[in-house]
Amino acid sequence: MIVAERKPLDEIKEMVKGFKKVLNVGCGGCTSICLSGGQKEVGLLNEELKNALAQGNAPFQIDGFTIERQCNADFYSDLDEIIKPYQAILSMACGAGVQFLADRHPSKPVFPALNTIFVGVDRDLGWFEENCRSCRECVLGETAGICPVTRCAKSLFNGPCGGTSRDGKCEVSKDTPCAWYEIYKRLHEQNRLDNILKVKPAREWRNQTRGTLIQEAFKSRYAK
Amino acid sequence: MKSGSRLERTLEAGHFAFTGELGPPQGANVEAVRKKASYLKGIVDAVNITDNQTAVVRMSSWGAGLIAIQEGLEPNYQMVCRDRNRIAMQSDILGAYAHGIRNMLCLSGDHQQFGNHPMTKGVFDIDSIQLISMVKGMRDDKKFLNGDEIDGAPQMYIGAAENPFAEPFEWRVHRLAKKIAAGADFIQTQCIYDMKMFRDWIRQANDMGLTEKVHILAGITPLKSGGMARYMAKNVSGIIIPDEIIDRIVQAKKAAEEGIKICVEQIEELKEMKGVHGIHLMAIEWEHRVPEIAERAKLIPRPQV
Repeated sequence: MIVAERKPLDEIKEMVKGFKKVLNVGCGGCTSICLSGGQKEVGLLNEELKNALAQGNAPFQIDGFTIERQCNADFYSDLDEIIKPYQAILSMACGAGVQFLADRHPSKPVFPALNTIFVGVDRDLGWFEENCRSCRECVLGETAGICPVTRCAKSLFNGPCGGTSRDGKCEVSKDTPCAWYEIYKRLHEQNRLDNILKVKPAREWRNQTRGTLIQEAFKSRYAK
Repeated sequence: MKSGSRLERTLEAGHFAFTGELGPPQGANVEAVRKKASYLKGIVDAVNITDNQTAVVRMSSWGAGLIAIQEGLEPNYQMVCRDRNRIAMQSDILGAYAHGIRNMLCLSGDHQQFGNHPMTKGVFDIDSIQLISMVKGMRDDKKFLNGDEIDGAPQMYIGAAENPFAEPFEWRVHRLAKKIAAGADFIQTQCIYDMKMFRDWIRQANDMGLTEKVHILAGITPLKSGGMARYMAKNVSGIIIPDEIIDRIVQAKKAAEEGIKICVEQIEELKEMKGVHGIHLMAIEWEHRVPEIAERAKLIPRPQV
């Protein structure tokens, strides 16, 4: 899941102030699941913005509308009509959703209400952790299902570095487990240390340009 | 000979090597480098020039290394993976070699979070073991990492660090083996305070035949005060200082003197240890005490090679 968190109110205020009629678009996908940008959060943010901006004589109208997913055109049929009278749009989707919305309505100023922070998992209720950097060359099979790119502070492929503490924590934080300590432990338990005995050569970073994926079965459909 | 550096000649001739460390200034203060170099000239076989250590911006390692050469010292050019991608690394290696630098120490680098630009973007395009392998490929295969031919391949004597005092302890000797397999010619260890742990590690390295493939220089940092000992023991990951060492420093009337005494004792012990081929003395901001330590530990005069 893509995990996002709400921007500070002051930052959002700065973006939308000066607009009299704003629509806040929620997303029923990932940002709803991580409790940052669903229907409920749209309502809460709108209340805060009304209190902050609709003071004195200055008129400020903000409404909310949440669609199932902001990253797919199939869910935009109602929104495309609703959006018309608004001067500016706030989006509570991830960065991908914000861009999809902005591309679809290029005449409207679109502002992100969230910071997209990572691809992660639910550690517990309301507690999320980053597990994947989308590096496009997954090595989890060799590293016992623990990602060295994401979970090692130096993204080492031949770790651990010399900074692992006595209780197996990373030098950057006493609360962060050393990824390579964990990789070592799990491979040791699985009797698979051979995996990391050999030098892992320098990798090709494939995520330095924008990615596009067309599944094999659809290639003829999109052939130019 | 791989690079023909003084350090290589010393180690290959079977002498017990002695290297020091020089931390460049936080500025272009040439005199500061010359002053530190003056304490080490004629005392050490080569001097490590640190690369923005603890992620604090300083004069570049190769830049300060060139001043060291002018001062009659042989630099060991440290390079970390934190600040440069493979293009910048290879380019800097060519430049450093072109100006007479012949030794390199390949490191991951302290995380940027510890430094004075904590929110900078860490590069870590390749890791320290991949760096070793890249420098070896540039030297022996005369090729860049991408396979292109090099016009004038840099012949570096390749160093790496290893830390016997960080978890998982039982893996550390295997990581040493990986560094040797990648192409390390010599190793400088993390500062040793726990001699028993170090003995265990070097015994494993001996048993695996690794000390016949690589020259290991034991890392030593003299403790200057009880405060420093306590701080390092508590706050620096990957450093273990036994209580008896801390007690000796804390209880001593003259802590600095006791620190040097401990350091000299350690060197004497390490000289006799099978598999240890030299000392790497990291006297942090204490370069002026190195001649005294060298003399008391009978590390000078240095062999002429």
